[in-house]
Amino acid sequence: MSRQASQRVAFALISLAAALVIVAILFIAGTIAVQGMGALSWEFLTGVPGDGMKAGGIMPAIIGTLLLTLGTAVTAVPLGVGAAIYLSEYSQDSGFTRAIRIAIINLAGIPSVVYGLFGLGLFVLFMRFGTSILAGSLTLGIMTLPVIISTAEEALRAVPQSFRVVSTSLGATRWQTIRQVVLPQALPGILTGVILGLERAAGETAPILFTVAAFFLPRLPSSIFDQTMALPYHLFVISTQVPGMPIRIQYGTALVLLCFVLSMNVAATLVRSRFRRRRQW
Amino acid sequence: MKKSSWWEFGIERAVQLAGVSAIVFVILILLFLIRESVPGFADVSPGELLGERWYPTEGRYGLLPLIAGSLLVVLGAAVMALPLGLATAIFVAEVSPRWAREVLKPLIEVLAGIPSVVLGFIGMLVLAPSVRILTGAPTGLTAFTGSLLLALMALPTIVSVAEDAIDAVPKSYRDGALALGATRWQTTWRVVLPAARSGILTAMMLGIGRAIGETMTVMMVTGNAARIPKRIGDLFYPVRTMTATIAAEMGEVAQASTHYHVLFVIGISLFLISFLINLAAAIVVFRQARRSERVLS
Repeated sequence: MSRQASQRVAFALISLAAALVIVAILFIAGTIAVQGMGALSWEFLTGVPGDGMKAGGIMPAIIGTLLLTLGTAVTAVPLGVGAAIYLSEYSQDSGFTRAIRIAIINLAGIPSVVYGLFGLGLFVLFMRFGTSILAGSLTLGIMTLPVIISTAEEALRAVPQSFRVVSTSLGATRWQTIRQVVLPQALPGILTGVILGLERAAGETAPILFTVAAFFLPRLPSSIFDQTMALPYHLFVISTQVPGMPIRIQYGTALVLLCFVLSMNVAATLVRSRFRRRRQW
Repeated sequence: MKKSSWWEFGIERAVQLAGVSAIVFVILILLFLIRESVPGFADVSPGELLGERWYPTEGRYGLLPLIAGSLLVVLGAAVMALPLGLATAIFVAEVSPRWAREVLKPLIEVLAGIPSVVLGFIGMLVLAPSVRILTGAPTGLTAFTGSLLLALMALPTIVSVAEDAIDAVPKSYRDGALALGATRWQTTWRVVLPAARSGILTAMMLGIGRAIGETMTVMMVTGNAARIPKRIGDLFYPVRTMTATIAAEMGEVAQASTHYHVLFVIGISLFLISFLINLAAAIVVFRQARRSERVLS
């Protein structure tokens, strides 16, 4: 086979592989969109489940996922951004920072179901929070931490060194420089990372299985020590645990969950592209 | 003046503490996994743990079927995802016209964003019936179905990390090869890919690491029968993975029972496996960083 022919064959195979990936993604998103659209209605989004979940809406699950996402943010954002500031602005490259980095890599790789076990052992049982929004948020927060730390650190490091030098030479202290100069410049990048981390947390099921998720709870939680329904777990329940579940409601729930996480994805993309246009270096 | 220097000091300690929290959490996770799994090791002898039968209700806690199930599903996923992911990364980085790249990259981000429970749901409703018809097996909930979906889940990781690695190969390498008369494909295959190999290796390890830890998707589509796969053909029968076992059974066990502790034994095994894979991937990256510093300086 000539060199040109082998190039043609190779490129064709590679394009075919890429096309296969595109088709698979479009097929999945398309199937859920088309099948789920029929279930969407005002009642579905704002009603409580009824008739053994075979009728009614999914409002408690939507609110529950919102609350958990918020709780995850409260847990993970201060810690994550703080750690990123430390790694990027304060720390020297030492055995200590290398230990932190290895810990972050390790956290990022732990399977989500193991986070669930950990949350059960520490928050639910040992600290006696019970299966609660608090326990679930803390578990999801720790799981999200590595994503936020690494994206925020990258955003901070992307701010040119000269910004810091100029600020310091004008008499600003280290923290003043970080607060007034570095953080505002890095904010869009940090925000993108935060949204992407929360997106992952919002769609997770395994970590909330034993820490917060309620099988069926047709009312809203009244405190952070309450259980709550959540969209991913609800989808799991109605597609595997409830016999005779109308397929329309299943697809509708899947569509709402997908829209929830993908809208966060879109938000992150928008923040990133607006930032690229505005940035000054 | 005094006040502001205290403030500075306080802030530095606070962010340092935030940094340390990552280490604290890893230790806490390990500690609690050990604490809850030790009684499991005490109640069930190592010989029994390596047994071939997982029947918790009869006091049989052989983990072999679960380990074999996880391995089979992940191997199947790797066989599909590695070539597909690498090809897609090459497509994005070297072959595709600009517009195709602009379509493909956001689409892959979408795939990364699809929650695993949604993929499992589609797997149950759409993929499993097709698998059943195509293979003529009695059920579509098989290891193969799980592998297909896991391959899909590992793809975004593999593609993005491998593409970064390919992108990072200096342009002068390509120019040099093309100037010597190599075709674009020869350049890609013999120059760019070898130069990016450690990044590609990392991509593959991280992708496989992701697949091993995946829970909801495999639980929903692999049928969850705890039997040891012995032949290649068993790919088309139900299996039960380690992750799915924890997720499915933890909700129903009595706290502090042997069964409960053995589920933590599975958890700590998963923790160690993922730790080793990620450490190996990190070492490859560190080494690569040092080597490129040498080459570029």
